[in-house]
Amino acid sequence: MSALLISGSGPALAIPVLAQLPAEIQFTAPSFDYRALAPMLVVFGAALLGVLVEAFVPRRSRFVVQVVLTTVALAGALAAVVLQAATSDPVQTAGVLQSSGSVLGAVVVDRVTLFLQGTILALSILACLTMAERTVDEGGPFTPQASAVPGSPAEVAARRAGLLQSEVFPLLLFSVGGMMLFPASGDLLTMFIALEVLSLPLYLLAGMARRRRLLSQEASLKYFLLGAFSSAFFLYGTAMLYGFAGTVRLDGIAGAVTGVGGVAVLQKDGLLLLGVTMVLVGLLFKIGAAPFHLWTPDVYQGAPTPVTGFMAACTKVAAFGALLRFLYVAAYGIRWDWMPMMWGVAILTVIVGSVIAIVQTDVKRMLAYSSIAHAGFLLIGVLAMDRSGITGVLFYLAAYGFSTIGAFALVTIVRDSSEEGVAGGEATHLSQWAGLGRRHPVTAGVFTLFLLAFAGIPLTSGFMGKFAVFSAAVANGAWVLALVGVLASAVAAFFYIRVIVLMYFTEPTGSEAVVEAPGIGTTFAIMLSAVITLILGLAPSLLLDSATAASVFLP
Amino acid sequence: MSLPWLTTIGLLPLLGAVAVWLLPKTDVRAVRWVALGASLVTLAMTVAMVTQFDVARAGEYQFAETHSWIPQLGASYALGVDGIALVMVALSTILVPVCILAAWREVVEGRAATFYGLILVLETFMIGVFAARDVFLFYVLFEAMLIPVYFLIGRYGGAQRRYAAVKFLLYSLLGGLVMLVAVIALYFEGPGGASGFLTQNLTGLRFGSDVTERLLFLGFFFAFAVKAPMWPVHTWLPDAAAEAPSGVAVLLVGVLDKVGTFGMITLCLPLFPGASKWATPVVLALALVSVLYGALLAIGQSDLKRLIAYTSVSHFGFIVIGIFAMTSYGQSGSALYMVNHGFSTAALFLVAGMLAARRGSTRIDDYGGLQRSTPLLAGSFLLAGLSSLALPGMSSFVSEFLVLVGTFTKYPAVAVLATVGMVLAALYILVTYQKMFTGPVKEYASGWKDLSVREVWVVAPLIAVIIALGVYPKPVLDVLNPAVERTMQQVSSTDPAPTVAGVTPAGEGTKP
Repeated sequence: MSALLISGSGPALAIPVLAQLPAEIQFTAPSFDYRALAPMLVVFGAALLGVLVEAFVPRRSRFVVQVVLTTVALAGALAAVVLQAATSDPVQTAGVLQSSGSVLGAVVVDRVTLFLQGTILALSILACLTMAERTVDEGGPFTPQASAVPGSPAEVAARRAGLLQSEVFPLLLFSVGGMMLFPASGDLLTMFIALEVLSLPLYLLAGMARRRRLLSQEASLKYFLLGAFSSAFFLYGTAMLYGFAGTVRLDGIAGAVTGVGGVAVLQKDGLLLLGVTMVLVGLLFKIGAAPFHLWTPDVYQGAPTPVTGFMAACTKVAAFGALLRFLYVAAYGIRWDWMPMMWGVAILTVIVGSVIAIVQTDVKRMLAYSSIAHAGFLLIGVLAMDRSGITGVLFYLAAYGFSTIGAFALVTIVRDSSEEGVAGGEATHLSQWAGLGRRHPVTAGVFTLFLLAFAGIPLTSGFMGKFAVFSAAVANGAWVLALVGVLASAVAAFFYIRVIVLMYFTEPTGSEAVVEAPGIGTTFAIMLSAVITLILGLAPSLLLDSATAASVFLP
Repeated sequence: MSLPWLTTIGLLPLLGAVAVWLLPKTDVRAVRWVALGASLVTLAMTVAMVTQFDVARAGEYQFAETHSWIPQLGASYALGVDGIALVMVALSTILVPVCILAAWREVVEGRAATFYGLILVLETFMIGVFAARDVFLFYVLFEAMLIPVYFLIGRYGGAQRRYAAVKFLLYSLLGGLVMLVAVIALYFEGPGGASGFLTQNLTGLRFGSDVTERLLFLGFFFAFAVKAPMWPVHTWLPDAAAEAPSGVAVLLVGVLDKVGTFGMITLCLPLFPGASKWATPVVLALALVSVLYGALLAIGQSDLKRLIAYTSVSHFGFIVIGIFAMTSYGQSGSALYMVNHGFSTAALFLVAGMLAARRGSTRIDDYGGLQRSTPLLAGSFLLAGLSSLALPGMSSFVSEFLVLVGTFTKYPAVAVLATVGMVLAALYILVTYQKMFTGPVKEYASGWKDLSVREVWVVAPLIAVIIALGVYPKPVLDVLNPAVERTMQQVSSTDPAPTVAGVTPAGEGTKP
């Protein structure tokens, strides 16, 4: 497996700038391991191609071309990732250091990276299929023309003309590319660039809902402002860590932390601690951990539902990958300094997520708070600080990701009942879901499965995931965290069950939701998610095996 | 014998459930008969398995199957039954067809398939939980059982069903999740590895410290106490049992709650012998409160189903006392009590269901003088009630007597106080009988039919078993005793206090 140089400035960065500049800066020619980079290159290449499609392909056929291009690119990248994971030399993945002479690692493609990239790609294929849905809502989930002011004549005209904002697919690809790079970053600058590449398209996507556009645009703006704020934190933290270590490379920071011969360097302790904290703030914002979670409910509610599903599943996978890499590679040496803070964050996150979810009346907001609670459970696994913790988190991410994509895809097909056979907007108010189990047993049954998985009931993937992270925590002495986790799970179970009660045991009052028959893409996404949720609950061995094999970071 | 008996028996109801769901929804007759057929085939297979069971080795796990399941987590698919587990599996497979028959007319058309399907799925989980020899598998099934019961109560129950179903689920989940932490921690106290959750690998561990063992014990015990249910975590039971359809109430109280006491005797005591002894005084006190409190509240109930639920709280108190007295009399009595209570409570609930089907109410005040109009119904209730109050000649008497004798040898005060519970039992059963069945015939009851053929088939097997076990309990005791002996050995193997042996009289070790 390989760590790579994709920027020529590596040697210069490795030397503290202020100390002394070398008389003659030597630029080594960058060497690329194209095989390791192939999945990301495919995705970014297809994204660029998608932009060209927007420019040159006639409007009529754009949508189809974009969907095919995106799906094929994502599937191709997934195949490349799987191929690499299957054929790579196991010796090199056992945590052995590369001969570091030629490796200058802006991008590190190790087993963890491959696992996460595979997960992100598989999830984003499903997300792409739900975004391409046009059967439920004529014209799809996105606004016909994002630039038209909501309620303006221009918007009406755009809708009449049957316009489609098919730019969403290149945006999706750019975001997926960023997500693939995020956990693969070997230095903080690459990580920052990945963070921006994955975030900027998401800010746009969040604002492009077809219905309730003001809410959507508000969500977009809010996400953008807070996201920019957290990016600034991340960048500032990076600068401080550079000041401390003289390098932005993760292994370089780790080396500076432990010092020569394992003795910690205490002189610039303040820079180190502040830097780590600020970088963590940036990362915790992305994963939606309390107290940096406040954007989550609004953005999840306002964004077009397929985008919400994509954000909830894939962003979480990518951000946790980056968080794991930062904590386990760069900040491992001073874990005793940041662990108390992270314990607090984990406990606060599970409690805030579980408790506030109880009072939600909107299904998307409820799932948003549920995703906060899940971020907390994942953090418990992260804080195990050993291989079993990484294994647990990787497995949990995959399990949670599929349930989430499926659940949000399902939300898109539950609609307001309408008069003239035209599909209404999404019926997101929970009271509209009353009695759904009677009228649409299959839909309600599948949603129940996802809810049970979120609640961590045995025989679903959610249970195995929770078991894996809690068991890692207990094995490493963090049984208090596990206890808080299970108690929060009991609280969380209450609101998942409340939805089941609504769907099955409550007679509808007032407007009731109807289920629109979805197109083949959404059906496939929902069914595959349900099947995976069930399989991972019954026979998780296969995925656990690859998660265990993947649970070693290369520096 | 190469046939995987337990897997087969466990899968049969599941296949039945799938068949039921595949049938056309409108064909209620077919749905009922397929469901009944599946449960009867399961019962027949269980009977065949029982004949293969080697009674002489009833203390060991037989029909063992062990396969790797999730080696990364240490979980195996391991099944096997000793005497106690065999009897519990048999109890489950006998009660399920009875309940299906009892609910024959209770479920409205169109929703029957789901109802019978859920019952059959539940049967699979029940068999699995009693047969599991792997703590992880046990836990998974222990929790998974909640889902079918939740839907059975929530969809098919009475007026307050939603409240009852949610309360049931939340109580059980809370208990289960606390146990989850203990399950995980127990694994790391044990040898670990790919089969680290096998019960045999976790028995007789040397714990890092007493505190660890005690905390783990408490984690398990809490879940089982909620399940059993013991005072003060019993409050979900009266609601759930009163709102559930009577067939479901039978399975809930008759079998599901036994998982709690079954877990105490087969997991808590062998896995944490030291901590079990440490906790004995408190557990006995709580169980005693359950006995008396359950009985007193039963007397005060105006609803028949709630009354039966509270009598169960009282009876579960007896069972727990017998288990934690840690004498072989007491534990044999408790193990037998689990079976007997299953049958007598089942009979009571089912008769209550038949009454409710006629009158549309379970309020005791709504009945009177039924002895004359429906003598068979009244007689069934009386026999079941007499068994419940432990009249000699009825099965419960044997077990209650054994529990009290076994307890008296070690904790005379507890035994004496518990006998008060027996007196109260006579009160709540007989007074209720008097109110409902004696006196002048009420007008509405004059046209009532007595038991139909189907209803006779529901009640008669139960009454027969109750009397048979009351007169001649030896076959069941022979199967239970070796398993109890083994548990006793596991508990006393690390017994540090010789004074206990001094107090225990000659009864210790001999077969009752």
